[in-house]
Amino acid sequence: MMAFLTLLARNRLAAFGAIVLALLLLLVLITPWLPLLDPDVTQPANRLRPPFSPDHLLGTDALGRDILSRLLWGTRISLAVGIAASLVAALVGSLIGIVAGYFGGRTDNLMMRGIDMLMAFPYILLALAIVAVLGPGLMNALYAIAIVNIPFFARNIRGVTVGIAHREFIDAARLSGKGNLRILTSELLPNVLPVIVITMSTTVGWMILETAGLSFLGLGAQPPQADLGSMLGEGRKMMLNAPHVAMLPGLVIFILVMSINLLGDGIRDALDPRLKSGALSRPAPITRIRRQPGHADSQDGPDDNALLTVDELHTDFEVGEQTYRAVNGVSFAIRPNECLGLVGESGSGKSVTALSLLGLVASPPGVITRGRVSLAKRDLLGLSAGQLRKIRGKDVAYVFQDPLSTLHPLIRVGDQLIEAIQLHQPLSKVEARKLAVELLGQVRIPNPAQRADQYPHELSGGMRQRVGIAMALANDPQLIIADEPTTALDVTVQAQILALIQNLRDTQGTAVLFITHDFGVVSQVCDRVAVMYAGRIVEIGSTAEILDTPRHPYTRRLIDCVPRLGEPDNEPAAIPGLPPAANALPEGCAFADRCDLVEPACRRGDIELIATDADRRVRCIKPLGIADPTTQGVTT
Amino acid sequence: MKPPLLEIRGLTRTFGGGRRWFGPDRPGVQAVQGIDMDVARGDTLGIVGESGCGKSTLARMLVGLDTPTAGTIHYRGEDLQNLRRLDRHALSRRIQYVFQDPLSSLNPRKRIREILAAPLRHLRGLEDRELDTRLGELMEVVNLRPEFISRYPHEFSGGQAQRIGIARALAAEPEVLVLDEPVSALDVSIQAQVLKLLRRLKDEFDLTYLFISHDLSVVETISDRIAVMYFGRVIEQAPSRQLFRSPAHPYTRLLLGSAPIPGGPPIQAESGDAELPDPLAPPPGCAFAPRCPRARDDCRESVPPLAPLADRHDQLAACRYPVEGPWRRRATQAVAEGRE
Repeated sequence: MMAFLTLLARNRLAAFGAIVLALLLLLVLITPWLPLLDPDVTQPANRLRPPFSPDHLLGTDALGRDILSRLLWGTRISLAVGIAASLVAALVGSLIGIVAGYFGGRTDNLMMRGIDMLMAFPYILLALAIVAVLGPGLMNALYAIAIVNIPFFARNIRGVTVGIAHREFIDAARLSGKGNLRILTSELLPNVLPVIVITMSTTVGWMILETAGLSFLGLGAQPPQADLGSMLGEGRKMMLNAPHVAMLPGLVIFILVMSINLLGDGIRDALDPRLKSGALSRPAPITRIRRQPGHADSQDGPDDNALLTVDELHTDFEVGEQTYRAVNGVSFAIRPNECLGLVGESGSGKSVTALSLLGLVASPPGVITRGRVSLAKRDLLGLSAGQLRKIRGKDVAYVFQDPLSTLHPLIRVGDQLIEAIQLHQPLSKVEARKLAVELLGQVRIPNPAQRADQYPHELSGGMRQRVGIAMALANDPQLIIADEPTTALDVTVQAQILALIQNLRDTQGTAVLFITHDFGVVSQVCDRVAVMYAGRIVEIGSTAEILDTPRHPYTRRLIDCVPRLGEPDNEPAAIPGLPPAANALPEGCAFADRCDLVEPACRRGDIELIATDADRRVRCIKPLGIADPTTQGVTT
Repeated sequence: MKPPLLEIRGLTRTFGGGRRWFGPDRPGVQAVQGIDMDVARGDTLGIVGESGCGKSTLARMLVGLDTPTAGTIHYRGEDLQNLRRLDRHALSRRIQYVFQDPLSSLNPRKRIREILAAPLRHLRGLEDRELDTRLGELMEVVNLRPEFISRYPHEFSGGQAQRIGIARALAAEPEVLVLDEPVSALDVSIQAQVLKLLRRLKDEFDLTYLFISHDLSVVETISDRIAVMYFGRVIEQAPSRQLFRSPAHPYTRLLLGSAPIPGGPPIQAESGDAELPDPLAPPPGCAFAPRCPRARDDCRESVPPLAPLADRHDQLAACRYPVEGPWRRRATQAVAEGRE
């Protein structure tokens, strides 16, 4: 609740609206105790006094009634009617929406068709018709406005409810023995409530306007009772000789509705989880880079033949006061035609590392604070957005985990490929299409020419991932970064995709950075592997050697906790505890708290990656099996 | 042999016919087709299959979240649909469910106390002191600190949330737990913790498990028997060790051969299309025939029944030409590529 209020207060316009509305509310609440003249007493002798006349601060109307008094009493009534109408509409509309959305099927059909019928009439006409049937009067106007707005709530809330009613926690509640009524009130309603509040806050202003409209037409408040609409209606007749009579209620309506709408928008922005997570802040085209000078001068990489060298890369996420250190000094190199695996659990920083290479981490909140990324001796982090864009998809291409979310759903896969080709190659549309079909054939999609004209949803998951790979291959990249490319696929399809990647390396000579959590996959495709934990590489070396004799306790335990097919007696050993939070990394070894070989020295200072064997480095002060490789004893 | 606790006969679930408006199911799709299966008390039956094979639909029918179109499920001789009709809660007291995604199966706006108290209150009729005592016990049983009970789901990691999911299922004191991919959403180091917990709970509470997963190695470590599903049918069923020693159905062999093992031999990849048949127009014969290297003409004409193998009585396979002999991944067989 406090967080909500601070968020709201930070929004200047909403805060302004809130203050104006609060003042107005205060004013109308204390109206009965203010020293005002009676709003309904006529004084024909004093008619049409201009503002600032003695006894009448805002003048009088055609019947000599005090305008200030009528305005305050009128605002009171308009506000009360508007709020009451939106409460009624919200209550009835949300009820219809929730019931229709939850039960679905015939119930939904029946209720929503009824709502559609209501919506088929222009709303002011419908309101007029309702008032015509019920007879003019403030209460009847209130009902008319409420009824007219029910469909708005019903449709909004139904949409949200349908989304929630199919979530697993609703099934879980049913299995816990809850009946429909209990599920509706105790499981669904708390999740729908914010949406109801948002919808209400954005419609109150509108309802006040509609009430004023009905009163203006003489169907709402009846004389001598004053509300803003009827005052406006009465003033209209003498617009020319006494403009203040109509202008003052008009001004109040404007201020009232404006303040409510500003506040309503603020409430929506503060409550909507999508907006809260930064959907409105547009990320920059490249990740913000804030490197201190002096760090970027280590020109001589460890490997001169390397295609890609990453040196001491640091990527932080700055959210509010907190700094999450996602990537915390990662260094590695990939040689041409090599496949390097980047292995780790979720939150270990492997994906952020991959995205940082071409500045693809969303900024805000991502910031690259240190390090160098060199592709063929060129520092990628020093390039401008335009230069970097020429490299993205050309020299370095990405393949992501879920091709359904990376392919555009409304564009044929062939056209998406053509777009990727034409962005980097000066080819005509016809030539590009020919190349696109060739690429689809290259990733072993049957009937490539026909498939090119299909949309992503018409392809199976495996086929979509093949399209993703074809797109990565479009411009003969030197390096493909594959981020969990087979995690979402079935094993038989995974086998095919892995075979495809292997085949491409053989025929095209492409280098691959392969990110995964699965040691089985790593041992199939990777020459070397880097194991990540808490944003750092804890061990790097050749795949066979690391699988055979892991040197870091984390690597060993990570391998041991995976059940191995064909060895049912070999019960996987769990790693106790959880990885440290990225905003509170401990000093020393981040794995110390979960390690069974920990000693005080592990928690002191910065632990370096040390070379143990040829081409093998470990971030541990007492690497496993160094003194005697045949046993897994620990010696220094 | 122990008498079966669950007897499933001819279980079928058809989705659609045009009436269904929501959900991922296409009209007229047979998600589960005529499944026969027995589950003995105290056993763990593993159900393996790839996406779209109907394993989740089967699981949902067992706990009453879905209703079969045809066929029966008997629990200790009682018809499950009858049981549901007589008392809405009767089924939930006997069979419970653990969801795949631990976080989305917990209501984000409820504290753990309220989530765990629901089954205790509605299914077991506990109140006040008894309820509190039992809540404490449940938290202890799944190794969660007692103070966690007043937190909200988003404050938990995946592994912890799954423990809460398991505790909620246990709260109903069921005899059978249906576990639908309970560790798939978890990191490997956490998977092992949860598997260990599940093993302990089974002994402690004398539970029967139906363990559904796409991960063969996980199923192997926990199951006594395994049923392999393909395109809505069980195509092979055998005691776990026997299945891995000598799988008879070509699809089972393909599955085993596709799973990468750390440091293991290279995996096999099919050269052709690895796609399922169109569920709206299923082939008349064996659904695997289009992908099967051993398929002959009669495979494509009628569906082979799930029958015991001639030489292995414990092992059932729905195949006319089952593969003989022990299975070993051939280290010499290179990844089936390079035939450009």
